[in-house]
Amino acid sequence: MISKTKIAATAVTFALLSGPALADGELNIYNWGNYTSPELLKKFEETYNVKVTVTDYDANDTALAKIKAGGHGFDIVVPSHNYVPIFIQEGLLLETKPNQMENFKHVDPQWVDVDFDPGRNYTVPWQWGTTGITVNRKAYQGDINTWAILFDTPAELKGKVNVVPEMSDVIAGGLAYLGFSTNCNGNKEELKQVRDLLLKAKPDWISMDYGNVEKYAKEDLMAGLNWNGASLRARLQNSNIEYGYPKEGIAVWMDNVSVLADAKNVENAKLFQNFIMDPQNAAMISDFAQYANGILGSGEFIQNKDFATAPEIVMPEGQKTFIMPACPPEVTELYTAIWTELTK
Amino acid sequence: MAANATVKSAPPATSAAEAAAAFERRDTRNRWLLSAPALAILFFASIGPLGIVVVYSFLTKGGYGGVEWKFSTDAWASVFFTRDIFDDTLGFADAHLSIFWRSLRLSFLTTLLALVVGFPTAYFIATRPEKTRALWLFLITIPFWTNLLIRTFAIMEVIRNEGIVNSILIGLGIIDQPLQIMFTDTAVMLGLLYVYLPLMVLPLYASMERIDFRLVEAGYDLYANRLQVLRRVILPLVKPGVIAGSILVFIPSLGAYVTPRVLGGGRNMMLGNLIELQFGQGRNWPLGSALSITLMVVVMVALLFYVKNAGKSGVRHG
Repeated sequence: MISKTKIAATAVTFALLSGPALADGELNIYNWGNYTSPELLKKFEETYNVKVTVTDYDANDTALAKIKAGGHGFDIVVPSHNYVPIFIQEGLLLETKPNQMENFKHVDPQWVDVDFDPGRNYTVPWQWGTTGITVNRKAYQGDINTWAILFDTPAELKGKVNVVPEMSDVIAGGLAYLGFSTNCNGNKEELKQVRDLLLKAKPDWISMDYGNVEKYAKEDLMAGLNWNGASLRARLQNSNIEYGYPKEGIAVWMDNVSVLADAKNVENAKLFQNFIMDPQNAAMISDFAQYANGILGSGEFIQNKDFATAPEIVMPEGQKTFIMPACPPEVTELYTAIWTELTK
Repeated sequence: MAANATVKSAPPATSAAEAAAAFERRDTRNRWLLSAPALAILFFASIGPLGIVVVYSFLTKGGYGGVEWKFSTDAWASVFFTRDIFDDTLGFADAHLSIFWRSLRLSFLTTLLALVVGFPTAYFIATRPEKTRALWLFLITIPFWTNLLIRTFAIMEVIRNEGIVNSILIGLGIIDQPLQIMFTDTAVMLGLLYVYLPLMVLPLYASMERIDFRLVEAGYDLYANRLQVLRRVILPLVKPGVIAGSILVFIPSLGAYVTPRVLGGGRNMMLGNLIELQFGQGRNWPLGSALSITLMVVVMVALLFYVKNAGKSGVRHG
């Protein structure tokens, strides 16, 4: 009995002593699921003696809602470009001035003076990519460079399509397919047509879900709205998979590492922002999730040798692209109404 | 002497009454004090939060989630009605109604199936020799050691297009195209059944274990066949177990979140998912609150129905 108590006491003492000794501090990252390189975190932990914890989310809105609710305990969040202005405007981000950090010189100039954070006073590039179409060539051999795969699904793909439930991407795809402006289009007449298009298309879809690399690789899904890196990861496991660039226009996005206004570990969070702008570290990010990172000179450190020439990464010459900005509330309200009707 | 005695005895009598009253007061106070922790928990963990949910359902939704402190019945109106965004006509919120209906239907079917599968299982265990019963019960509880999410993903491995079921069926030449079970209502129901089956078996077993099996023998002695024994002797005796098991399966199924999320593919929403949507992507907390309360009312009605029915049939059989 005594020895048992003694052992327990020793264990507790040991835990108390060794706990703080293991790390100088903590860093709590709130990022998209299956998106953060474990090697990168390990390197950061070892370099700065900081214990890193990652929590997943699956949508910008989920992250926004949770952070707005407070009491989350996160230090870092990685919102997409069109959500950065909302986070800033709602006072949720800390102005960490990444543009004065040591590694800022590595950031590709085209990603410095961006609309959503001019001059980069808040955010640091994490990864950027496109939202296009993944198709398994075994199931369908026709043209895949069109939104018709989703909105006028070919017979071979009916009931095998997944659509990622990102409201703005889906509605933008519909707008592009019908030849309307994708720039926060609030034209009711045009949106009505988009709604009808989406409602007509939905019965041909099998699911509206995230986290699909596995399901494409294992052929639970044969086609769908997907991100280029996720499509590339699926192709690495299943060579039948191909990524389509809709000729009607494809959305370009960037996710950005930001420090939260109520972060408890601000210094560690700033260290992390600087850390990931180092080309060697940025390469680790891309090696895990297979998206481009916006850091110059990271290419030579990326281990996937096909990465530089991968069709998912290199856009075809003359590809029509657009960037979805953050839309004003009255437009968002229309989109949300369409979205609710679609996802019922 | 006698008068003296009465005079003398009067004061003690009143003080005895006083003492009794004081005792009673102390007793009441003690009773309140003793139940205070329970009442506090009930208030802070149950009634209080519920009150917050009710209050939120009558507020205006904030632009990016959250609420504005302005009274509004919009949330409650949009539980049942929807305004077309383009031609502004008012109609029934068939989106919500269809999700309610799907949840009720799937939960009911799950409960029914759990009963069909769970009853023989519980009967089997209850009729084993006493020594081995513990082992069988132990086997029933083993799945509980694994996280719900992992069990759900395991089901996915079984039913997916390249999963065990489809591989075997294709291998045997019974089908040549994989059966589409994933992402359907069937998948959700299978998942719910698997996850909640032990909740049906355990209460059924508890009430079967108490059966005096001499009654079954007596039934046979009185020329009842097996079906009659089951219907007239066993079922009435295990009725409390059937009711408890059905409630334990039905209610969590109705509010299920993980299973429809993983196996339903985000298209076949159930109430739990609809509510989550309002607090996340939908950015409509008041509507989420109103839907939560509606779900609770449905559960209450279901419970009352069960309890009332149970009482009635108990009398008839008793």
